Amino acid sequence: MEVFVFSLFNGVLYGMLLFLLASGLTLIFSMMGVLNFAHASFFMLGAYFAYQISQPLGFWPALIAAPILVGVLGAAVERYALRPVHRFGHVAELLFTFGLAFVIEEVVQMIWGKVPVPYDVPPSLNVTAFAWQGLDYSVYRLFMLLISVGIFVALFFGLTRTRIGLIIRASLTHPHMVASLGHDVPKVFMWTFGVGCALAGVAGVIGGNVLGTEPGMAIQLGPIVFVVIVVGGLGSLGGALIASLLIGVLNNMAISYDFSLYPIFSLLGVEREAEGILADLVSLTTGAIAPLVPYLLLVLMLILRPRGLFGTRDV
Amino acid sequence: MLEVRDLHAYYGKSHILQGVDLDVGEGEIVSLLGRNGVGRSTTLKAIIGEVPPEGSISFKGEEIAGRKSHVIARKGLGYVPENRDIFPTLTLRQNLILGQKSARAQGRWSIEDAFELFPNLRERADISAGVLSGGEQQMLTICRTMMGDPDLVMIDEPTEGLAPQIVERVGRLIEEIAARGVAILLVEQKLTIALHISARIYVMGHGRITFEGTPEDLRGNEQIRKEWLEV
Repeated sequence: MEVFVFSLFNGVLYGMLLFLLASGLTLIFSMMGVLNFAHASFFMLGAYFAYQISQPLGFWPALIAAPILVGVLGAAVERYALRPVHRFGHVAELLFTFGLAFVIEEVVQMIWGKVPVPYDVPPSLNVTAFAWQGLDYSVYRLFMLLISVGIFVALFFGLTRTRIGLIIRASLTHPHMVASLGHDVPKVFMWTFGVGCALAGVAGVIGGNVLGTEPGMAIQLGPIVFVVIVVGGLGSLGGALIASLLIGVLNNMAISYDFSLYPIFSLLGVEREAEGILADLVSLTTGAIAPLVPYLLLVLMLILRPRGLFGTRDV
Repeated sequence: MLEVRDLHAYYGKSHILQGVDLDVGEGEIVSLLGRNGVGRSTTLKAIIGEVPPEGSISFKGEEIAGRKSHVIARKGLGYVPENRDIFPTLTLRQNLILGQKSARAQGRWSIEDAFELFPNLRERADISAGVLSGGEQQMLTICRTMMGDPDLVMIDEPTEGLAPQIVERVGRLIEEIAARGVAILLVEQKLTIALHISARIYVMGHGRITFEGTPEDLRGNEQIRKEWLEV
């Protein structure tokens, strides 16, 4: 039971972190049709900026300043790089963001080196919030949860209740019409891109010190975020939330329970005493294939329901 | 108020507009007629900046050719596209709110006005606009553009595919708009409406204006009607 509760809690936490990345990515994709391959790189920049700022100033200023920096950088990338590339079509944009991801990774390595930097959880939050059945739960994890849920609520109300939110939602489907009603759609695009990157930055700030801040972190998380937005349905914020939680929880459950996959293989007629490559198969556990879980989900989703859980159009 | 001179526009390599000249005066209703594919919709799109124009377009004495759509719209030029681009995921009320150019601006038209013109819009104000019927969507699109308080509104085929009863209501709405002093450039296929409400009429063919005159002139000119309008 306690294993269940803890892996549920950790799964939700990881899922909310994924959501911070996926929400920006899915908005940017459905609005501009740009699949931003560099999105997770902004997550990484958030973590590194937070590390750099927290060295002299501490965690709290970093929590505010790092996402803002990342957001401004994102907006600048849209305005001065992506927009000029836009008229050459989506393939050019895709290649641009793909290249940008590598450039950011190289720059990060040049500045901060190839080894992880010691970006740590602030000591004031690194205390036990509660212990249950012999397992500790730190205040920082609760804090991460609070921040990410807070951002989800703010995003939800921002998009459904404010004028700018309405303009964004209308631009998702009919940018020309929104422009001919007198709204500056390119500016809306730029700010959406910036805010999307800033959200990824927030995830970097609060996640970097738990997951580890190193140059490979973007490449590690990036593909999973793509899985999230495809499974949730492109352009759907609710879908991104559900898919993030689903993947977070499934992943954690697979690791904590570590079921043997032998029963499945035995159904296929593989003996437990099999030899060679089959021996490796029967000894597999869910923990070992946990990293595969998101991609299995992706493949299943594309076969069964290509538009995703809450999507309105096919991928 | 609107002066278009030698307007050209292209879709890829095809030369759609080949030198269009037209004028709309203050508070005037002008119709642009012609068969499908002669460039009527493209003319409106080039004026609002959705299709890149070549030539001169002056609005209130200011050159607007090549400006961005939202800049042109903010100068007081409204556009209602033919495909009734309502925002299907937003509610009816939210659609109308997006017609307003800013949260504060209060022009000739309020959301209350829209509801008064179409009581059945009020009852359904908070449902998603995607479920409205074609006629209701058309009224919503026109009302939405009017929320921005334009001085001239370009309406593209508002009655296309609508039942006769609805066509009449859309016609009345257009007259109501004109009654409030808004100039109208109307693209239509149905001669009856255009002849009934317009002060002047242009007929287009092959990307050019082939006739200009009053509704009476057009009624009397069987040759133009045969050559450029009747199917």
